Amino acid sequence: MGFLDIANVTKSYGAVEVLHRVDISVAEGEFLVLVGPSGCGKSTLLNMIAGLEGITSGEIAIKGRAMNGVHPSRRNIAMVFQSYALYPNMTVAQNITFGLEMHGVPKPEREAAMTRVAAMLQIDKLLDRKPGQLSGGQRQRVAMGRALVRNPDVFLFDEPLSNLDAKLRVDMRTEIKKLHQSLKTTIVYVTHDQIEAMTLSTRIAVMNKGYVQQLGTPKDIYDTPANVFVATFMGSPAMNILPARVVMQDGAPHAAVIDAAGQTRHLRFSQPGMAGWAGREILLGIRPEAITDPEGADRKSGNIQHLSNTVVVTEPAGADTFVTMTLSGRDVVGRMRADVTVTPGQSFGFTINMDKAVAFDPDTEARIAP
Amino acid sequence: MARETALDLRTRLQEWIPKLVLAPSVAVMLVFVYGFILFTAFLSFTDSKILPSYGLVGWHNYWRLFQLPTWSLAIENLAIFAALYIVICSVIGLTLAILLDQKIRGEGMLRPIYLYPMALSFIVTGTAWKWLLDPGIGLEHTLHLWGWTSFHFAWIKESDFAIYTVVIAAVWQTSGFVMAMFLAGLRGIDNEILKAAQMDGASNWNLYRRIIIPQLRPAFLSAFVILSHLAVKSYDLVVALTGGGPGRATELPATFMYSYTFTRNEMGVGAASAVIMLMTIAAIMVPYLYAELKEPK
Amino acid sequence: MSAVSQGTAVSNGRFTRVLIHVTLLVFALFYLLPLFVMLVNSVKPLGEITGGNMMALPKVWTIQPWLEAWSTAQIGVQPTGLRPYFINSIEMVVPAVAISTLMGALNGYVLTKWRFRGDTVLFGLMLFSCFIPFQIVLIPMARLLGLMGLAGTVPGLIFVHVVYGLGFTTLYFRNYYAAFPTELVRAAQIDGAGFFRIFTRILLPLSGPIIVVTVIWQFTNIWNDFLFGSSFSGQASQPMTVALNNLVQSSTGVKAYNVHFAGAILAALPTLFVYIVSGRFFVRGLMAGSVKG
Repeated sequence: MGFLDIANVTKSYGAVEVLHRVDISVAEGEFLVLVGPSGCGKSTLLNMIAGLEGITSGEIAIKGRAMNGVHPSRRNIAMVFQSYALYPNMTVAQNITFGLEMHGVPKPEREAAMTRVAAMLQIDKLLDRKPGQLSGGQRQRVAMGRALVRNPDVFLFDEPLSNLDAKLRVDMRTEIKKLHQSLKTTIVYVTHDQIEAMTLSTRIAVMNKGYVQQLGTPKDIYDTPANVFVATFMGSPAMNILPARVVMQDGAPHAAVIDAAGQTRHLRFSQPGMAGWAGREILLGIRPEAITDPEGADRKSGNIQHLSNTVVVTEPAGADTFVTMTLSGRDVVGRMRADVTVTPGQSFGFTINMDKAVAFDPDTEARIAP
Repeated sequence: MARETALDLRTRLQEWIPKLVLAPSVAVMLVFVYGFILFTAFLSFTDSKILPSYGLVGWHNYWRLFQLPTWSLAIENLAIFAALYIVICSVIGLTLAILLDQKIRGEGMLRPIYLYPMALSFIVTGTAWKWLLDPGIGLEHTLHLWGWTSFHFAWIKESDFAIYTVVIAAVWQTSGFVMAMFLAGLRGIDNEILKAAQMDGASNWNLYRRIIIPQLRPAFLSAFVILSHLAVKSYDLVVALTGGGPGRATELPATFMYSYTFTRNEMGVGAASAVIMLMTIAAIMVPYLYAELKEPK
Repeated sequence: MSAVSQGTAVSNGRFTRVLIHVTLLVFALFYLLPLFVMLVNSVKPLGEITGGNMMALPKVWTIQPWLEAWSTAQIGVQPTGLRPYFINSIEMVVPAVAISTLMGALNGYVLTKWRFRGDTVLFGLMLFSCFIPFQIVLIPMARLLGLMGLAGTVPGLIFVHVVYGLGFTTLYFRNYYAAFPTELVRAAQIDGAGFFRIFTRILLPLSGPIIVVTVIWQFTNIWNDFLFGSSFSGQASQPMTVALNNLVQSSTGVKAYNVHFAGAILAALPTLFVYIVSGRFFVRGLMAGSVKG
């Protein structure tokens, strides 16, 4: 049994089931990120953990104690909201201590706890201000302070960074990660931003349409996505997905794809097991960083395939240059070194690291290999 | 899956408190609004005279109501009054709103002047206009003193015209409010659309006719609903301005209901007239409220 | 709904602008005329009105009509002036406004932040009750007030005004709280605050503007009411509007126009004062009452 157990939980509104049999067990000190597009059910699940929404069936337990029907304030949880939800009529200090006051903590203790948290978050200079006088980043800190001061069993974060501008978002991300490392608290964090999910989490649950599509470490999710949805949702630019046919050549399975000139080209699989799919169609998934110029190829890879093809578009992005070509009728993006010379319309020799390629069943969209 | 029993006491209490808090208001509303409506509707089918009485007489009161010349007059007056009141208020309100919207320097001064009558009681309005329109001391008298001796304006004393004086006073009281509604609508229109239309070469006239006024539809609808329900409910103003007279010339359904119920001791007929008033308003308000409440989600 | 000064992008020629200004001024005179007439003639001796020009300034200034209207004019059978009725109105308005506003605030809070199945229907029923012609409830209400022993009393009028004001107060607070972030309520729940503490500590401190709007609306409506006042009050509990009407309509003796005008201004003074002091909120109330349910 974990620290926070979500067992067989479903949620329905009337006849419509919006969450289907979610099973997640979170260990103490873990940083679980629920990630998915809007409407996938991630916020609903978080609100159910918080007790803000009822559970239709199944059970949510914290430290082995069932939480179904327990009032939010008695679950020993704290939550940081997307809008921060700071009480506009109270000062920063009052905002932070309101929860303690409601729980009947005596004033000297409240003050002490607040001072400690304010120092930790470097908001001790702001304590007498009202939320309206704070910047976005400062509000974010106050919201975290309000959560921290309670010393809860589980922290819940509901898209806490989505209202910040890009630069501040990156800074606060690092801040949250530091905080987790130093406090070793259990965190459940909801976001639609896959980079936040990758950087912050110890484990990720990718959700879509009310189902948990995959639950695993960031590396699992990235390298071996359970299906096409996870593969394309996680990673930026998204993983290239293109139809291919499995053919046997020199006794090894190859993916047959069609280049811009209409020629069939063969890319050898790193997994001999793909031989079982010989003669059938699959979906081939290749991440942009696995498609490079020859000098940029991964030297540790045991299976580099070469493919010359016409360049459609180049997009210099500073650190890298993204190059688009057409394969099997799809736009396929590769990531080159910044100083590579490529010109649209010309042929270019791409190298493809087939060790990193993923194959999906075209009917179920589930991963076949690796 | 015994989740219902797992609710702790506090949570269960918290679930009930909101409903308990709302309950008195709901009870009050059900009894004193809807219960009373049903009671009055019931009385309209009884032989009630001075006091409620429970002998059922079927549709007799309604039949009698529509036989009464006074009721026909009240309905006729209401039709004239409502039509003129709604149209004139809308025209004046829209005109003033459009004119005020032309970056007028004195707008801050003018708006409160147009609107202040709305803060007054209809009784005060009635009193002021009663003497202002009185031929003996009011406008007619003043213009005579100013030398226009042939000027004649005694509508308030003339049976055929008295209802129009009610229109004048009512328009005076509410047209500023209609102006405010239209002005809010005008201010809600995206100025970029207007700039685009001007680039397209639209004249001011066309700008208003083709672009702006069509976008004021919600304001027109609100104005219509508010004005029409005020018209049906008009009571105080008539009482103060003309007392229903001269004779019965300015009788409206609201004054009719009051006099038949409380002074002429025909409670059954009075109740029937109240039911008809309610039905008229419901026909306007129910679709409007339904649409307003349904839209979000 | 802020009707702030920021005109349209439409532009006009010079002649048109002059015409617009003239039109606007003419209308301003139209709206001011009755007020002017009331004021001017309330400080004239009666002879100057009956024998002179209603639009002219007084030749002799006098506050006698005001004093008479306030304390000695014949109202019904008693020469009491309007003073006791002014006091009746105050005694009626203050509790009625306070109670209906408080209940409206709680209703709005429940209907937006503690939603339950069927709440929209309940609200729709409450909303419709604002617009019914009150003639439909006069007969049973008269009976009920009689049964409760409240007929012809100020508490009876308070009760009636609370009952039929609830729809509007609920509407105001519901619309205001609907725009109020629900996350704040959730945060407070997690912090351990219950129903009433969330209301008193979080929502109420932030409800200043809507409380002002509601109080003004209720005050104006109840002060200006005539139908309930004339139906349910006795001689001793008549509100100001009913007394004023009695003063003006009395058929005995010489018509003291100057006293009537002074009385009318006295009856208008409280609401006019509120309007002048906080016209912005008054307009907001009017608009909120008319658009968007």
